[in-house]
Amino acid sequence: MPRTAAGAPRTTVRPPRAAAVPGRAPTSLTQGAAGAGGGVGASTLRPDGVLKVTGEFAYSSDLWHEDMLWGHTLRSTVAHARILAVHTGEALATPGVHAVLTYDDLPTEVRTYGLEIRDTPVLAHGKVRHHGEPVALVAADHPETARRAAARIRVEYEELPVVTDEASALGPDAVLVHEDREDHHSGHVPHPNVVHRQPVVRGDADAAAARADVVVRGEYVFGMQDQAFLGPESGLAVPAEDGGVDLYVATQWLHSDLRQIAPVLGLPESRVRMTLSGVGGAFGGREDLSMQIHGCLLALRTGRPVKMVYNRFESFFGHVHRHPARLSYEHGATRDGRLTHVRCRIVLDGGAYASSSPAVVGNAASLSVGPYVVDDVDLEALALYTNNPPCGAMRGFGAVQACFAYEAQMDKVAAELGLDPVEFRQRNAMRQGSVMPTGQRVDAPAPVAELLRRVKAMPMPPEQQWRTTEGADVRALPGGLSNTTHGEGVVRGVGYAVGIKNVGFSEGFDDYSTARVRIEVINGEPVATVHTAMAEVGQGGVTVHAQIARSELGVTQVTIQPADTRVGSAGSTSASRQTYMTGGAVKNTCEAVRERVLDIGRRRFGTHHPAWATAELLLEDGRVVTDGGEALALVADVLGDESVDLELEFRHRPTQAFDLRTGQGDGHVQYSFAAHRAVVEVDTELGLVKVVELACAQDVGKALNPLSVAGQIQGGTTQGLGIAVMEEIVVDPRTAKVRNPSFTDYLIPTILDTPTIPVDVLELADSNAPYGLRGVGEAPTLSSTPAVLAAIRQATGLELNRTPVRPEHLTGT
Amino acid sequence: MRVTMTVNGRPQEADDVWEGESLLYVLRERMGLPGSKNACEQGECGSCTVRLDGVPVCACLVAAGQAQGREVVTVEGLAGPDGRLSTVQQAFVDAGAVQCGFCTPGLLVAADELLERHPEPSDGDIREALSGNLCRCTGYEKILDAVRLAAARTGQAV
Repeated sequence: MPRTAAGAPRTTVRPPRAAAVPGRAPTSLTQGAAGAGGGVGASTLRPDGVLKVTGEFAYSSDLWHEDMLWGHTLRSTVAHARILAVHTGEALATPGVHAVLTYDDLPTEVRTYGLEIRDTPVLAHGKVRHHGEPVALVAADHPETARRAAARIRVEYEELPVVTDEASALGPDAVLVHEDREDHHSGHVPHPNVVHRQPVVRGDADAAAARADVVVRGEYVFGMQDQAFLGPESGLAVPAEDGGVDLYVATQWLHSDLRQIAPVLGLPESRVRMTLSGVGGAFGGREDLSMQIHGCLLALRTGRPVKMVYNRFESFFGHVHRHPARLSYEHGATRDGRLTHVRCRIVLDGGAYASSSPAVVGNAASLSVGPYVVDDVDLEALALYTNNPPCGAMRGFGAVQACFAYEAQMDKVAAELGLDPVEFRQRNAMRQGSVMPTGQRVDAPAPVAELLRRVKAMPMPPEQQWRTTEGADVRALPGGLSNTTHGEGVVRGVGYAVGIKNVGFSEGFDDYSTARVRIEVINGEPVATVHTAMAEVGQGGVTVHAQIARSELGVTQVTIQPADTRVGSAGSTSASRQTYMTGGAVKNTCEAVRERVLDIGRRRFGTHHPAWATAELLLEDGRVVTDGGEALALVADVLGDESVDLELEFRHRPTQAFDLRTGQGDGHVQYSFAAHRAVVEVDTELGLVKVVELACAQDVGKALNPLSVAGQIQGGTTQGLGIAVMEEIVVDPRTAKVRNPSFTDYLIPTILDTPTIPVDVLELADSNAPYGLRGVGEAPTLSSTPAVLAAIRQATGLELNRTPVRPEHLTGT
Repeated sequence: MRVTMTVNGRPQEADDVWEGESLLYVLRERMGLPGSKNACEQGECGSCTVRLDGVPVCACLVAAGQAQGREVVTVEGLAGPDGRLSTVQQAFVDAGAVQCGFCTPGLLVAADELLERHPEPSDGDIREALSGNLCRCTGYEKILDAVRLAAARTGQAV
C-alpha cells in the first residue's frame, strides 16, 4: 500500500455520485399521495420513516463533500490548570494536515459563547476549567491523520486545585472557577462560585411547622446523567464564495446556534447559513454548541469543507450533562394527612461553565414541591460553578432531580402517618385553580389525583412471570442471561410517583416560533408546503406539521421543507415546547393562509352563493365548505394559478420573571403531569434489579398523534429508569476527571433492561394551547425514577437516598 | 491495500484502505453506504450491525481486511430490487418503531436475521436477539411491536 512518510492513512476516496452538494444533504419530505397521512388526532406515520428504514436518511454524520477535510478537537487531559504553552509545530508538520488552530488563531475579539452567560471559551486560553475542554483544532485529509496530529500537540499544564463540591466551592478558601465574573447573576449570588440562586418563599413555614403532627427530613443525592443520544455530535462546514460559511449540523435550535457562532467568526448572521442535518436524538444535549464554531473556523481557515464527527468517547465531553444534585427536604403533615409546609435546599452542580444552569435553577426551585398544594414553603435552589464537567439541559430540566426527592419524601411522610402512599398524594394533589409556591394559579386542568388513580387501576403484571415449565426463563429475572438466580432471593416491590413539569420557556423569556406556509395547485390538487426552522430530533414534529396543514387547509399532500435559517426562528426543540410552539405557528399561519384563500374565493365566486358572505368557512378535502358541510367551490378553482405564501410568528402568553428574593411570579406557560407505577423484582443476595413493568398515565391535553405520544412517553419513561438503576457519569472527586466516557462503562438501558410500559393517555384540553395540547416529552422522565426507587425500597426495606441505585447499596457491601 | 467484497449482492472494491480502517469506515466513507451508523466504535450499541456471511456483526469491530472476499449485507440491502420495503422495514414504519432513527438500521439487520432464524419468536427471544442494539428514543416498546408485526405478517404470507 502506498504510504505517506508518517505511515498515516491516505485521503478518503468516495465513489463518484450524483452531483448533490454536499453529498446526502437534507431533502424535503413529501407525504400524502395515495392516502398516506391524516390530520390532527390521527396516528399518521412519519414522513421520514421510509428514508430512515432504508438507510437513506441523511444524518449529520453522513454528510460528505468532495475534497472535504476532517476536523478533530484536542481536549484537556486535566480538569483545572494553567496553560503555560501549546506547541503545535509537530502537528502542523504531519503530512496530510491542513490546519492547526489554537486560541491565538481566533479571528475576532469575541472568543466565548454561551446560551445564557457568554462564559464558555471557543478554545481554552490561559486556563482549562474542566476535563475535556477544547484546547486546539486540527484539519486533515483523513480522520485518523487528524487524530494523530492532535496527539502530537504538546500542551504544558500547571495543575490547579479543583473545585468539586459545595464544600470546596463555598468554603472560606474556595478557589474561584471564574475569578472575574461580570454576568447579570453575579450581583445577587451569595458567592462567585454560585451561578444562580432562586429562593421561593410563600406563607410562613415556621408557623406552619408548629402545626405539624409529623415532620420528616431527608437528604438525597442525584447522580450525573448523560443524554447519550445515539447520533454523535457532527456536521459539515462549507466555506462560501461570499466569505461566509454554510453549516449543516445536528442541533436543537438553529437560530440560537447562529446567534452564538456569527460573532466569533466575525461574520454577519446573513453569511452563516445553517441547515439542519439529520439529528440522531438530542434530549437537551444539543442545546449547547459542540463542533459548530470549530468546524466553521477550520473551513474558513483552510478554504475547504470540513467535517467533524465526535466519537463516543469525545461525545461524553462534547455536550453538557444533567446536573447532579444534593437535595435536603423537610415535609410536615397533620395526622389527617395534610401537608403543612415544605422546606428544601437543592444544590445543583453546574460544572465549569454556565450553560443553561440559571434556567435549570428556576425550574428546580419553582417545581420543588411537586404537584401538591402547600401554602407555606421556604424553598431554595442554586447551581454551583465547579471544575466538574459542565451541566445544562437534559429532558426534565431541573424538575427531575426535585421529583426524585419530593416523591421519596411523600412516601416517607405517608409511612410516618400510616397512610397509603397513593391516597396521601391524592389528598394533597393540586387541581385546576390551585396556587403554586410561586403564587401562580394553575388555570388549566391538573388531574394529579386522577392520573394516580388511573395508573393504580391498571392491571398488575402476573407474579413470577419468569416461571416456566422447565423452571425459569433467566432472561426475565434480575441478572438476566448472567444466569445468577433462578428465583432464589428474588423479591417483588411496587412503587408510585407523580410529577409536574413546566412546558415552554419560562421567567419572562420572549419565546416564539415562526412558520412559513404556502398553498398552491399542482396537477389540479391543492398542495401545502411548510417551512420552519424547527429541529426534528426524532420527536415527530415533521409528522405533526403535515397533520396540522392537512386539518387546517383541507389538503392531502404536504411538503415539509428542510429546516434552515432562511426562515425565522422556531425556538428550541426542548422544554416540551415544540409541538405547542412550532405546531402553534404552523396552525396560526395555516389559518391566515386559509383566510387569504377564502378572500380570493369571495372575490372570484362570492356572487355565486350567499354562503360566501358568512365568516365560518372551512377548507376540507380540497373544497371550500360551510360549517354545515355544504361545498361552495374547489380550492383548485379558487386558486387557479395563484398561490398564497405567508410567514408568521406565534407566541404563547407572556410569563413573568421570578422575584429574586421571594420567587413569586407567574413564571410558567403551562404545566404537564404524569404518574408512574413501577413493579420491580430484586435479587436481594446480589443486589440486582429487574424492572418488571413501568406503567404510566399522562395528561397530554390533546394527542395530535397518539402513536407518537405513546412513543414519547415510553422513551421518557425509559430514560427515567436509566438514572434509577444504571446511568451515571462518574467523576473522580480528587481530580474532577470523568472515569467512564464510553458505552462500555456508562450504561443505558437495553431492550432486556426495559420492561413493558403500558400507557394510559388522558386528554383534558388546556384552552390556552393550540388544539388544547400539552407538551408531552419531559413529564414521563420525572416520575419514572422515583417510582422505580419506591418499588425497590418496598422490595428491600432499605432507605435508598441516592440514584442511581447500585448493587452495593442493596447488599450493604 | 485494496479490499474487495460483495456488498448487498454487488461486488465492491476500495483502494488505498489503511490497515486500521474498520469495515464500517470502508462501507460508510469509501463505498458510499452510510446506512450503517457509527455511534460507539466499540461494539456496545449495535448501530453498525451488518451481516458478514450471514452472521450479524458490529462492523465497527471488523477490520476492513477481514471482509476481503466475503459477503456483506447492510441496511441498504434489505429492501427489494424494486425498492419495495422488506417486511421488517415496513413493520418498523407502521408500528412507530422509528423516532430519531439512528439505531434503526442496526435493529433492522438484527431483527431481519432473527426472523429468518426464528419465524415465531417469543418476546424473550426478541429481547435477547436485540439486546445488543441500544435505542435512546423509544423505550423499545414500539420496536417489540414492529418485530411482532413483522413475524405475524411473515406467518400470514407463508
